[in-house]
Amino acid sequence: MALLEVRDLSVVFGRKRQKPFTAVDGVSFSVAAGQTVGLVGESGCGKSVTSLAIMGLLPKRGVRVSGSVTFDGTELLTLSDKQLRDRRGRDLGMVFQDPLTSLNPVIPIGLQVTEVLRRHRGLDHKKAQAEATELLNKVGIPDPNRRLSEYPHQLSGGMRQRALIAIALACQPRLLIADEPTTALDVTIQAQILNLLKELVAGTDTALIMITHDLGVVAGLCDEVNVLYAGRVVERAARHELFADPRHPYTHGLLGSIPRLDSARSAKLAPITGSVADNIPWADGCAFAPRCPNALQGCVEQPPELETQDTRLLRCYNPVLPATTAAKEG
Amino acid sequence: MTPKLLQRRRERIDELADAGDAGVSLAKDALRRMRANPVAITGAIIVALFVVLAILAPFLAPKDPRTQYAELKNQLTPESIPGPMPGFLLGSDQYGYDLFSRLLVGAQQTLIVGVLATLIGVAVGCTLGGLAGAFGGWVDTALMRFTDILLSFPSILLAISVAALFAETNQWTVIIAVSMVAIPVFARLLRGAMLAQRHSDHVLAATALGVRRRTVVFRHILPNALTPVIVQATLTLATSIIDAAALSFLGLGDPDPSRAEWGLMLAESQQFIEVKPELAFLPAAAIIIVALGFTLLGESLREALDPKKRR
Repeated sequence: MALLEVRDLSVVFGRKRQKPFTAVDGVSFSVAAGQTVGLVGESGCGKSVTSLAIMGLLPKRGVRVSGSVTFDGTELLTLSDKQLRDRRGRDLGMVFQDPLTSLNPVIPIGLQVTEVLRRHRGLDHKKAQAEATELLNKVGIPDPNRRLSEYPHQLSGGMRQRALIAIALACQPRLLIADEPTTALDVTIQAQILNLLKELVAGTDTALIMITHDLGVVAGLCDEVNVLYAGRVVERAARHELFADPRHPYTHGLLGSIPRLDSARSAKLAPITGSVADNIPWADGCAFAPRCPNALQGCVEQPPELETQDTRLLRCYNPVLPATTAAKEG
Repeated sequence: MTPKLLQRRRERIDELADAGDAGVSLAKDALRRMRANPVAITGAIIVALFVVLAILAPFLAPKDPRTQYAELKNQLTPESIPGPMPGFLLGSDQYGYDLFSRLLVGAQQTLIVGVLATLIGVAVGCTLGGLAGAFGGWVDTALMRFTDILLSFPSILLAISVAALFAETNQWTVIIAVSMVAIPVFARLLRGAMLAQRHSDHVLAATALGVRRRTVVFRHILPNALTPVIVQATLTLATSIIDAAALSFLGLGDPDPSRAEWGLMLAESQQFIEVKPELAFLPAAAIIIVALGFTLLGESLREALDPKKRR
């Protein structure tokens, strides 16, 4: 049985007398213990909102969350605030996008690490301190004892993200959600952080949900990838399958817009035309249709369903041909 | 290499090491920037001088400020008030008190009123603002409407109204009246800062770790929201001093004429301004300089603590 089951999760934002906005629209996926699942998509596709909904971190007012999120058999969406707080940090950990702002600037790093240890594992000050040193050591922060008494602004960006990962993993959560953990970092540090996450999660039972817009991150880390578009999953496949053979025109477009080392110098990148602003509501058809090179008349009449095709899930009437066929034709 | 040169090189290296180590806390960093700011230094010197004089006033005053001296009183006529004379540095005031001693002791009076009024304003205002910021919802709405009412009065009018509510005025009614002006300011300020912190990334991160609500408020929200309160408190010291003087000036202060108070001295010397202008000029100048000192200090503190200006 999967550790985390997300079924038909929808998140609708909208205050009274305002047009509601559906940020997440019936997303379903599951994560097994030890598995790494990617949620990929461009800004505004609902990936961060999905993670906040799982953690129960969305504001109460002006937001409607429906569907079901079960963690190890417990429904999370109906838990009380207190019950959720007991689970957060202990069973569910989260690493945020911006390490510069996700640490409290006025208290030392050490307190922020020991805080969660004392809260969930009931360690006393001395034990928590020792454990914190070990944790910082584990995430590759040199001279951890000194760092514990330092403030966030005294650490570099990469170091701060390491500290945040240490905090998120302090209680050995069974599920870790990483929401664009490398976006705010430069490329070399990105690679280090990704390696660190991989190291810490691989070979343990910790499940990881990796949220990113960067397909490179997914390629190095995830077992399974969900591609989101306008709040819905449009394609789900195992990593190799997805990269070798993207079938949804959106996934195909995403991969086509990345520069490759082995492409000819003169080759132009193929961007996806248009922008998210061109979307049509899912009720009227496929939201991606106005930007889609493969769009058919039917695409704007009836929204496509997420259907099994071979070994993957796909939401498209006219998918890109499998790579092997395309190669023969080309 | 001579030992002196070696010593100098060592110091230089140590200096570089210090600069390389970013080991400065926020407070230290702010202090460092204040030290480099002439405005801050001017403000700090004025405030320090004022505080020292105010505390030591009873020992520094050459004469008893509450005694009407016969040798001064004898010389009082409607056309002349004695100027400086041996033993009386600035001469007499219109009642035969020693003007210099009264000015000194007036500093103490001003400091007490200013500090107490600000403290009450901070304590009550921050309690209200803290409750509003911590709980939000209807608590927030109710408390903020209350502060809106207080804020809708011009500050001096509010202070006068509050002072007028008391059957008899004394030092305490002045302090309470002046603090009433500060309360809504601190309440709104802290509440606003806490609301901003509530939506910050690190508070979300702390919540995502399952940290208890109480801990989130006291450890993650409140300390980050205090900076504007500290700055405002310094500035409020200045306005409190002015407001207190204004109340005395308008006759809503302590009516005891033997108590040396700058606002009262200013008010009562009005009619003698042609005979001896210093009687009005000196207390007025004292009020202005002290208020200016606190304002300069407060403004430079605001600048030093402004995160946007940190390098």
